[in-house]
Amino acid sequence: MNFDLRLPIGIMFSLYGAMLVIYGLISDNAIYERSLGININLVWGTVMLVFGVFMLLLAWRGRKKT
Amino acid sequence: MHIQLGLLDYAILIIYFAFVIGIGWALKRYMKGSADFFMSGRSIPAWVTGLAFLSANLGAQEVIGMAASGAKYGIMTAHFYWVGAIPAMVFLAIFMMPFYYGSKARSVPEYLKLRFDEKTRGFNAITFAVMTVFSSGISLHALARLLELLLGWNYHMSIVISAIIVLVYIFLGGLTSAIYNEVLQFFMIVLGFAPLVFLALKDVGGWSALKEKLIPVATSQGYEAGTWTNSWSHMGTTIANPMGVEWFGMVMGLGFVLSFGYWCTDFLVVQRAMAANSMSAARRTPLIAAVPKMLFPALVILPGMIAIALHNKGGNVIPLGADGTPDYNMTIPALLAKYLPTGLLGIGFTALMASFMSGMAGNVTAFNTVWTYDIYQSYIGKNKSDSHYLWMGRLATVVGIIISVGCAYLASQFNNIMDMLQLVFGFVNAPLFATFLLGMFWRRSTGHGAFFGLLGGTVAAMIFHGMSLAKGAVAGIKGGWITQQFHFHSEMAQNFYMAIVAWSACFALTILISLATKRTKTDAELTGLVYSLTPKPKSEDEPWYQRPVTLGVIILAATLVLNILFW
Repeated sequence: MNFDLRLPIGIMFSLYGAMLVIYGLISDNAIYERSLGININLVWGTVMLVFGVFMLLLAWRGRKKT
Repeated sequence: MHIQLGLLDYAILIIYFAFVIGIGWALKRYMKGSADFFMSGRSIPAWVTGLAFLSANLGAQEVIGMAASGAKYGIMTAHFYWVGAIPAMVFLAIFMMPFYYGSKARSVPEYLKLRFDEKTRGFNAITFAVMTVFSSGISLHALARLLELLLGWNYHMSIVISAIIVLVYIFLGGLTSAIYNEVLQFFMIVLGFAPLVFLALKDVGGWSALKEKLIPVATSQGYEAGTWTNSWSHMGTTIANPMGVEWFGMVMGLGFVLSFGYWCTDFLVVQRAMAANSMSAARRTPLIAAVPKMLFPALVILPGMIAIALHNKGGNVIPLGADGTPDYNMTIPALLAKYLPTGLLGIGFTALMASFMSGMAGNVTAFNTVWTYDIYQSYIGKNKSDSHYLWMGRLATVVGIIISVGCAYLASQFNNIMDMLQLVFGFVNAPLFATFLLGMFWRRSTGHGAFFGLLGGTVAAMIFHGMSLAKGAVAGIKGGWITQQFHFHSEMAQNFYMAIVAWSACFALTILISLATKRTKTDAELTGLVYSLTPKPKSEDEPWYQRPVTLGVIILAATLVLNILFW
């Protein structure tokens, strides 16, 4: 089948990651009281962004091969 | 309890469902024949089927239930993974997948037809089809009830919207759509829950602080200090641990009978492996699933353990139910609300919702396949064109979802009916693995032997249930409706021993009846279906990391290490 699942996974998590990073940068720090003072949106958004981009890279490499 | 979702959280939720439906839409053009719709044209790479194999079982009841058990029983809950899943998954990969994938069978019931006879297949197909639509209905009901409770959403609206989303993506993309979305859900669960576990663990002060805080949880209930953090040390007797199960019942009942019965014969999970693009990929599917499976206790059980530790210290972390005791099923939603701010809360909540829906979707895809191939094509509409069966599969998807919605309402109105049905499913499922084991490894076993053995095992389960009762239970739906001969310390123990009895009865009866009846299938007909008559699949030309046996041994060794670490 000519449908690489890594592509939608990559797009979706890059998008989520970017959304969380941006929100983490602009949001009021008061909301991070519950996450023990850690700006978890910024931290985990970065992780998700890296994961998403990594998936996109794999999909791109896979496309080049075929 | 109430969760306040922000605008961003709703955006995350909507984006997720847009992707889910988008994937179904993109797959629509690949659905050319019934084999594409029901079997993904056997074209899916192993990493995808592997993660879907895991995810199909990782419904929300699992996520919520395992956290609840983590709070109630502690790390012993991990036995449902290390004892109750990994060995069976390795066995499926090494010994059973060659028959499922290598024979011409398109479903598990169809394997029974090829190996035994029509009646054995019919029994399995019909009971399985009924079970899947009911399970799908129960997922739907649980989701709508949770959304009502947490977000104040309208129950009926939640049912209709969730049902329509699942309907659309399966109708368009069939099994492939379900599998792809299960993989998406897998990553959502992992990426959504990992930060939750991280924050909760940090809050409690790390693993050693958690261990210390779980001591009073155990001692206040009359157990030894380490009961919540040792998986085997307190399993010598039934009274030493909160599960009320001792090691033999655990290993034989859960580890052997129930676990092998589920992972090796349930078409819901086996269907994922059968969609793989080669024999080698099909065999690697359960092994790829086993790796995250063995680590999942950290993601789903650990939060429950942390919650009870904090709760016990007066944190009131777990909301109280109507009767004033902690409502353990609320553990995960409560932790989401406690630790995650808007943004990440959307991810965690979407992951939870997604797992309800993919649990439902898994059941629907298994249902439409068994209905179309094993019931419709066998008994109602034989020798129709392939496009007719594709059409029937789509129709079965619609009808299956409509019945699921009906079951959801049934569950919301009559709790007893659902308990009764799950009890009956338990009777039917308990002996199943004996039939498959003898079918695959003993060529002398016959169709009559299999059918009446299965029936006898089911009856044995029923009788045993009627004669046994767990401590504190009232005779009736919980057992003891004939006499009260056998007493158990907990319902879980009763259930494990019922499975052992049913399996043994089926095993013995199948052997006896097979020896008394004539073989109806010749050796030639059984080639590819029975171990001794099938050429072994070769894996010498594959690199070591793709060989099922090598991988299986590594996985079992790693599981053993985990057991010893948390002994």
